[in-house]
Amino acid sequence: MSEHHKENFITKYVFSMDHKMIAKQFLLTGMFMAVVGMLMSAIFRVQLANPGESSILYNLLPSTWLNDAGGLNPDKYLALVTMHGTILVFWVLTAGLSGTFANFLIPLQIGARDMASGFLNMLSYWFFFIATVVLMSSLFVESGPASGGWTIYPPLSALPQAIPGSGTGMTLWLISITLFVVGSLLGGLNYIVTILNLRTIGMTMKRLPLTVWALLITAILGVLSFPVLLSCGLLLVFDRSFGTSFYLSDIIINGEVLHNEGGSPILFEHLFWFLGHPEVYIILLPALGIVSEVIAVNSRKPIFGYKAMVGALLLIAFLSFIVWGHHMFMTGMNPFLGSVFTFTTLLIAIPSAVKVFNYLATLWRGNIRFTPAMLFAIGTVSAFITGGLTGIILGDSALDINVHDTYFVVGHFHIVMGLSAIYGMFAGVYHWFPKMYGRMMNKHLGYIHFWGTFICAYGVFFPMHFLGLAGLPRRYYSNSAFPMFDGLSDINALITFFALAGAIVQAIFLFNFFYSIFKGTKASQNPWKSNTLEWTTPIERIHGNWPGELPVVKRWAYDYSKPGAEEDFIIQTEPLKDGEIEH
Amino acid sequence: MTNILIFIIVILVIATLVQIVRVGELLSEIKNKDVNEVSDKDNNTQGLLFLIVGFGFLIFVVWQMITWNHLLLPPASSVHGTQIDLLMKVSMGLIIVVFFITSPMLFYFAFKYRGKKSNNAYFLSHNNKLEVVWTVIPTIILTVLIIFGLKTWDNAMNVEVTESTKLIEVYAKQYNWTARYSGIDNKLGKANYKLVKGKNTLGVDMLDVNSADDKMAREVHLVVNEPVLLKFRSQDVIHSAFLPHFRVQMNCVPGISTQFGFTPNKTTAQMKESEGEDFEYVLLCNKICGASHFNMQMKFIVETQEEYDIWIASQDNLEKKLLTQK
Ligand code: HEM
Ligand SMILES: [Cu+2]
Ligand SMILES: [Cu+2]
Repeated sequence: MSEHHKENFITKYVFSMDHKMIAKQFLLTGMFMAVVGMLMSAIFRVQLANPGESSILYNLLPSTWLNDAGGLNPDKYLALVTMHGTILVFWVLTAGLSGTFANFLIPLQIGARDMASGFLNMLSYWFFFIATVVLMSSLFVESGPASGGWTIYPPLSALPQAIPGSGTGMTLWLISITLFVVGSLLGGLNYIVTILNLRTIGMTMKRLPLTVWALLITAILGVLSFPVLLSCGLLLVFDRSFGTSFYLSDIIINGEVLHNEGGSPILFEHLFWFLGHPEVYIILLPALGIVSEVIAVNSRKPIFGYKAMVGALLLIAFLSFIVWGHHMFMTGMNPFLGSVFTFTTLLIAIPSAVKVFNYLATLWRGNIRFTPAMLFAIGTVSAFITGGLTGIILGDSALDINVHDTYFVVGHFHIVMGLSAIYGMFAGVYHWFPKMYGRMMNKHLGYIHFWGTFICAYGVFFPMHFLGLAGLPRRYYSNSAFPMFDGLSDINALITFFALAGAIVQAIFLFNFFYSIFKGTKASQNPWKSNTLEWTTPIERIHGNWPGELPVVKRWAYDYSKPGAEEDFIIQTEPLKDGEIEH
Repeated sequence: MTNILIFIIVILVIATLVQIVRVGELLSEIKNKDVNEVSDKDNNTQGLLFLIVGFGFLIFVVWQMITWNHLLLPPASSVHGTQIDLLMKVSMGLIIVVFFITSPMLFYFAFKYRGKKSNNAYFLSHNNKLEVVWTVIPTIILTVLIIFGLKTWDNAMNVEVTESTKLIEVYAKQYNWTARYSGIDNKLGKANYKLVKGKNTLGVDMLDVNSADDKMAREVHLVVNEPVLLKFRSQDVIHSAFLPHFRVQMNCVPGISTQFGFTPNKTTAQMKESEGEDFEYVLLCNKICGASHFNMQMKFIVETQEEYDIWIASQDNLEKKLLTQK
């Protein structure tokens, strides 16, 4: 394809249709948003440790967010929490993660020259980009950005009288998410079509690397669930701007009696969580796909139980559509319905357990090479174990009565979704950096980055379980209004210490990343001695991926340390030897 | 000025880092090694770190469980809560056991199978028997847990409401709670948000015969060992009535009526004895509802029948409060 049209600066770096460049655009935008989201969490953690006091970190905020004494205003605390959640969930771990690795890996690993439609792919990024601009601009409107939590439950999110952020800020949030959803639908459809239609000769579904399987299932989840979010948001727009009553009923706000009758906020919750729950798997599955690849390559062993891994992914994805009610046990839903959701939710533990055991079995008797990517992959498995187990508590409706919406939940989802996915993303960046930029990231800085992150992250999120079990609700501006929480201030101080330390550690990564783009040592063609197709492309980035013919696949992706082979890896294009059986 | 200084310092730190990293890379180039190639020595250090930091994390977890145990909520003060606590103990016990089996395995494997250039990994792509075993075992354990959980849930939610169940309404709005007692007839009068006016902050329909004897208060008094049914309404946004000591929580949703029935079984006085003089039962808001969400509270008091009778008698009923003292 590179023959067909010449590239200039604009088409190469800005309006590029090359999947590899688009992947980098997603990655850089995602990283930028991650820094913003992380700074927000640093700021509100400082507030929680020293409620009401001022801090030099607050210099980063518009002055209208602060009171006269320099402390943070309570509604702006909520604004920060809301934007932090929105950014991390959608911008960093949906677009940043899927956008980067689906774009980068799908064509390279299935042996395609590019995505099915390069143009739609480019549009997908630019929708995302505009969504980003809109979201960021909402930080600067006078009444502040959306503040009703990333779950934007109405009536709070529908009524500017209820919280200032529900004015212009919320409008911008809705516009931004709409653009975001359009972008991810364009991307998702493209990923699915590409994987199903553009696999090279020999790349049967049974030989697909697990990364691609995970990205495929993620894309399907997104295509099925994001439109529901769109309609859910659309009805909210009607309620906000056109006087309808889908979600509103019987409301007096600030002394004003609203005319709305007959709507139900619970309807919103059903629609929202019909996306919301699959969304957590949209975040998690790509990370698990990346981790499967990185663990196999660096253990120098086939991934254990390939079929079971695919089966587990499919089962998790299927179940993720029928568990949304576990976010709503306390809405007064029919107890029988609650029972059904408890049942389906706890079932997810089975495929999840299978995945963990398979990872452990892959490590067992391996010859583990600790690249920075491998450290993060093992970190993901650790976080998946730690966070997954507390899901068994939350999924049980009877137990959820007392931990629902407490810090126990915050601890749980940060570990199982936040840490697992962020570690998976780091693993992916360290692992495929040589392919992206033709250079290596510095190993030692990678090691320091991992251990610093690992220690600080558990230091932040593990203690939160205890706060929750002490009854502390989430989304509290300060824990000092209730004497029953006075004993928790030490824990809060400890968490904030680790949160700030952890944020500083990320600077090491940023430094390593940008330093290595320009100055890193040159990468060889297949630096990790991997089997997958992306490592058969030339180091120099070309549009179209392979200079000559497309590679032809002869075996699965996991022939590591196969007895009888000369080396401990066999690239997928290598034909089976006489009498050799596949796996 | 400070900003400029900070900026300069940041630049200097970055410049120093660049130099350090460059020197490292140049040195190894001189020694003719690829710096970023993972050596056996790296594998040894990183493997060992997994052992040390991994187990350090596990020790940190145990330390937290010991040091912070006293901060957790005291045992439930309600009948159904006691069963929830039992389920919690069993589930927690279980996940703690699984945690302390799988996490050490992960960290230990990382250490034990750290690579060596001269070693070879063991080719093993699957093992059906093993996979069946570790699918079936979690399935059995979860089945037990699901059954136990559903029983507890059923027991907590499907409470029988009888004649003697006391009806109390809890009304939520930004940012406070109001309680309404059903009075001698044990029936709450009708209410409608359109009737909210002046002193009638709950919009009670005073034309309804059941309304006259209702009573309004800013705290909730309950009689120990007597079942109560709390009915929730909200005036503006979603709130959630959370009574952690009783293991009770229910959302308060505008336009919809929700409820939670339970039987408190420890008086405030008893709790003060075991938990300290400052102890109070409180109702918190547990659903983001606006700026003062963090400070939306109401006191709950569990007392004997005699104490309750004295208190309730001291409260005016709505007929008196709303209709006569205009
Ligand atoms: C940089 C380290 C992080 C810290 C210190 C941190 C801290 C916190 C805290 C303390 C809250 C709860 C505030 C409250 O409920 O009052 C919170 C909320 C949240 N965080 Fe994080 N977080 C971090 C990273 C992440 C990551 C990686 C994710 C990705 C999943 C994430 C997603 C969320 C979400 C979805 C919420 C809920 C927002 C809401 O309540 O609307 N955070 N974070
Ligand atoms: Cu969910
Ligand atoms: Cu609230």
